[in-house]
Amino acid sequence: MEYVNPEGLRLDGRRFNEMRQIVAEVGVVSKADGSAVFEMGNTKVIAAVYGPREIQNKSQQKNGHALVLCEYSMAHFSTGDRRRQKNDRRSTELSLVIRQTMEACILTELLPHSQIDIFLQVLQADGGTRSACINAATLALADAGIPMRDLAVSCSAGYLNSTPLLDLNYVEDSAGGADVTVGILPKLDKVTLLQMDAKLPMETFETVFALASEGCKAIAERVREVLQENTKQLEYRRAS
Amino acid sequence: MEGRLANMWRLTVNESKFVETALQYELRVDGRGLYDYRKLTIKFGKEYGSSEVQLGQTHVMGFVTAQLVQPYKDRPNEGSLSIFTEFSPMADPSFEPGRPGESAVELGRIIDRGLRESRAVDTESLCVLAGKKVWSVRIDLHILDNGGNLVDAANIAALAALMTFRRPDCTVGGENSQEVIIHSLEEREPLPLIIHHLPIAFTFGFFNNGNIVVMDPTYVEEEVMCGRMTVTVNANGDICAIQKPGEEGVNQSVILHCLRLASSRAAATTKIIREEVEAYNREKNLQKVKRHSTLAKSEVFGPIVVVKEGHKKSSDEDKSAEISQEHVELKNSKEQEAVASPATFKGPETCSVSSDPAIKGKANDSGDAQKEVTGDVEMEDTPEVTKHKDGEKTLRDAVKPKKKKRKNKST
Repeated sequence: MEYVNPEGLRLDGRRFNEMRQIVAEVGVVSKADGSAVFEMGNTKVIAAVYGPREIQNKSQQKNGHALVLCEYSMAHFSTGDRRRQKNDRRSTELSLVIRQTMEACILTELLPHSQIDIFLQVLQADGGTRSACINAATLALADAGIPMRDLAVSCSAGYLNSTPLLDLNYVEDSAGGADVTVGILPKLDKVTLLQMDAKLPMETFETVFALASEGCKAIAERVREVLQENTKQLEYRRAS
Repeated sequence: MEGRLANMWRLTVNESKFVETALQYELRVDGRGLYDYRKLTIKFGKEYGSSEVQLGQTHVMGFVTAQLVQPYKDRPNEGSLSIFTEFSPMADPSFEPGRPGESAVELGRIIDRGLRESRAVDTESLCVLAGKKVWSVRIDLHILDNGGNLVDAANIAALAALMTFRRPDCTVGGENSQEVIIHSLEEREPLPLIIHHLPIAFTFGFFNNGNIVVMDPTYVEEEVMCGRMTVTVNANGDICAIQKPGEEGVNQSVILHCLRLASSRAAATTKIIREEVEAYNREKNLQKVKRHSTLAKSEVFGPIVVVKEGHKKSSDEDKSAEISQEHVELKNSKEQEAVASPATFKGPETCSVSSDPAIKGKANDSGDAQKEVTGDVEMEDTPEVTKHKDGEKTLRDAVKPKKKKRKNKST
């Protein structure tokens, strides 16, 4: 199948280094301490953060650090074919990966004896749910006012028809090509998350990796804008 | 989860400080260099597709089994490969019986990604009947002892088990040629899996905010380190999978450095695995050859040679097949002892002397000859019928060579 036509356009009309439209909103769940919706094209994720609050299970307490818990789940209606997948291996792994990514950017040493819960629900899945979840979680954590080192952001890139492609959608993702998901801390310029599937030669990987990192930086800017806008709104409300 | 954390074995502050400071001087607790690998030993079990890997203190067992199942609907002509991990509670105090924990799931997923997404095992050749029956290969990985770096050890165990695995041969036949006949191991030589390349996992540990990189971290180092990355590469320099699950951030250059290190190591590890597998295969073949030399001698007698050779080729020197044949021979010879006179037994010369048995023998011979012409269909009958004549001789031959050898040695 042809994923990039001779004009250099992809199936959904994007260029190789073009991302899908990002729509993000903060403060969507009223009961939660922090929440956000993050959309990338047709992928839509909702995140809610509770905490920092008292540790529910004392035995889980860590010495001098806050406890971060994360639960990732996909809504049954999020994909075309409905399948039972609660607590399957994929979501267990993703919960672990997202938890550890967020742990790296939260200043856990400032919040000892407390726990932070992150709940992530995929409402629509069209590729790149992992990245969308991390971005949504970052927004929700910022909304909850939890101290962070940096805004952890993530983006994926792939390699199809011998072209590196930014931000794969579901069709491109399931084409069997490589899929590289990168999560970075943009200000510190450090890579926290890196996952890759499928086979890629070393040199190609480097270009794909670089493309994904560029994507991350672009997302970081967008995330920052959204947060700043939200802060402005809060300011207006206080003034009025 | 609660229990797991409660049972966690924690290093004391002193110990972890010691490990960290030593690493700043490029010293490791077990005396290795930063990028040295621990000693790798691979052992194989008696059956096909079992392996035991020891990487330093870490001990992992791999076992591969296959089963005919209905394929997935979206891939009707592909077999499947699934990986199951079992963290035995005896390996580590934090492992608990029951449902696999997070780390068990992650380990399985890393190995799964390395093997499956990079198409290391040819799944299309596992198809028997498109849309109806395909082979489902299952890899079971049992962690027997946790000495750190389970991923690498488990990955090697999986590869070694896959490379020595043999699945039974099967053909499609029966009505409308929709039935699958599985040939037993005695009937036909079992087939190996087609493995295109060997994806080998290398795990790195990061210390001191990602400034110190260590290869193959031990159990103690795993407790101290702030980040981890597993890179799966093959000997051709391709990257098959990467897993860096969050944790402490590191610079891009460090990651690329790790990738290069891993791919420079891949060839050596591939060589070790291949050598071990070859040694194992050679040993298995030798066992077969020994048994065969005895049979080859018996083939001199009688006109059955052609049939037997044909049969031999089809079974392709299968050891167990011979065992069953010998059993048949034994039975037949015993039956003959019971029914016929012992004279018929001492070979073709005595047969021609006595009148009645000789005729019977000749009749048998001619019958055999005819059966030979008719071909493979009656193959199963012919060896049995004909074998009673040379049956005893094969048995004698089976014993004799040893004696001869001993005599040769003594002289």
